[in-house]
Amino acid sequence: MWLYLAKRLLFMFPMLLGITIISFTVIHMAPGTPVELQTTMNPKASLEAQKRLIELYGLDKPIHVQYWDWLKRLAFLDFGRSFSPDRRPVWDKIKERIGITLGLNIMTLFIILSCAIPIGVIASVKPHSWFDKGTTLFVFFGFSMPSFWLALLLIMFFGVYLDWLPISGLTSLTFSQFTFWQKMQDLVAHVTLPILGAALLGLASMSRYMRGSMLEVIRQDYITTARAKGLPEGAVIFKHALRNALLPVITMLGLSVPGLIGGSVIFETIFAIPGMGQLFYGAVMARDYPVVMAELVIVAFLTLLGNLLADVSYALVDPRIRTG
Amino acid sequence: MQKREFWDRFRRNRLAMCGLALVAGMFAVALLAPWLAPYDPNLIELKEVLMPPSGAHLLGTDTLGRDVLSRVIYGSRISLLVGFVAVGIATLIGVLVGSLSGYYRGWVDQVCMRLVDVMLCFPVFFLILAVIAFLGPSIWNIMVIIGLTGWMGVARLVRAEFLSLREREFVAAARSLGASDARLICRHLLPNALTPVMVSATLGVAGAILTESALSFLGLGVQPPTPSWGNILTMGKDNIEIAWWLSVFPGLAILVTVMSYNLLGEGIREAIDPRLKE
Repeated sequence: MWLYLAKRLLFMFPMLLGITIISFTVIHMAPGTPVELQTTMNPKASLEAQKRLIELYGLDKPIHVQYWDWLKRLAFLDFGRSFSPDRRPVWDKIKERIGITLGLNIMTLFIILSCAIPIGVIASVKPHSWFDKGTTLFVFFGFSMPSFWLALLLIMFFGVYLDWLPISGLTSLTFSQFTFWQKMQDLVAHVTLPILGAALLGLASMSRYMRGSMLEVIRQDYITTARAKGLPEGAVIFKHALRNALLPVITMLGLSVPGLIGGSVIFETIFAIPGMGQLFYGAVMARDYPVVMAELVIVAFLTLLGNLLADVSYALVDPRIRTG
Repeated sequence: MQKREFWDRFRRNRLAMCGLALVAGMFAVALLAPWLAPYDPNLIELKEVLMPPSGAHLLGTDTLGRDVLSRVIYGSRISLLVGFVAVGIATLIGVLVGSLSGYYRGWVDQVCMRLVDVMLCFPVFFLILAVIAFLGPSIWNIMVIIGLTGWMGVARLVRAEFLSLREREFVAAARSLGASDARLICRHLLPNALTPVMVSATLGVAGAILTESALSFLGLGVQPPTPSWGNILTMGKDNIEIAWWLSVFPGLAILVTVMSYNLLGEGIREAIDPRLKE
């Protein structure tokens, strides 16, 4: 097991390196520089000031030198300073936001799993029942639904029409005056719609995979054997079938991480949530290279971590992987 | 795979036929937009700003008094164009990488497949956003970047097909007759590997349309005044408390279009391999 884990961890490094090389090249090859963006708007900026800025940012060096400098600093988790006027270290900016985005995504994943597994199991135990047909219909909508439209519809219905839930931000303006319980209530009210939106979309594909995987397992000989030796149906489904059917779903879960984090950009922009997605959107618009690069690396790292966790839990559940 | 047999199976699948009809309908709407649209999509009517749906404007008007129905109709052109060109680029790259990988194996395969692995771990939507923001949002940039980040699935499919096809007897026969590598790939292997590519391309159109509309919604896609479903929705978001029709109808157009390509793709998949239909 430890050997397997070590091998997988080692494999992450060349992947991350590949990702940083591609991102760095693509971003720095793009025409125009952040300096132009900052100075063309400002008639007072002289050519000399422009040159000073370029030198300050290190943009005058050849690209491979810039990459090497950046990589060396990355080894110490130093992502440099933001190009934005506040010039704060990138890591500080990300630190205050990463918890929000991760928290929201983990809660979303939790909701997806706790709904998708029962839905998939019930739909597969009784295929072609009204429940199965109903969920199939839901899945077809879920696959084709644009995430931002779903978010708009949720805002329109729960926020504007019913006026039940707040539609933007993470807290109310008077948050600091609240008691602890009021604060909790306020937070929950604010995150309900973004989490609901992301979870509904993820749920569609995940329940579909769960159903397919269960149907596949139920057809196997060992399930027939379990039934033939007189085990109660509950034990057959939950002990024998479900455990095996969960395997491919775990892998899918790992693969769904990039989609979820990509969705954060959209949900955080719509609901004005101060997370990493919103930071990225702002940084991209302002050509804040250090922030953009840092976010790409962190998101890629989270994706690889998601895949790793999926593979490790796969290995924990299925001994064949560990030894083979 | 007999064409006749394929069509017979496809025709019996009601949902797939539904998808085909809707896709055909969308093509017709996009081609006939100038005749179908009741107004000029860019005609600004400041006296009729934010009118709710009525007899004169079936889907209402936007903040500049432009007819929403006409803008939605013209928006279908953008979606169709982006969907097909982006998927065309992705399929071309995927087929090329996949066939080289599957035909030559060895180090070529290693390099290509590691590249696929890296690209699959990429936060693709983040990269697309960054590139579009830096290059400037234009419909061409969007099509190219969606294509460049969407070829990995096709490459894997084609490679898998090639790996099994190249061991078959007809390939050995062609080779012993002195066929060159290029001829073997293009004339003998590729035509036999194209059916799964068709399915993935159809589903890819749906994905590309979703990505384009998300980009336009974020202001990084097709720029106003050119109407696209995504940028009408941006206006809908800004006026969500007063103008529901600006948010509902373009979104519905995206949903229906994407769903029809998904239905069509699933239909083709099931018609190729009936065992998939549980």
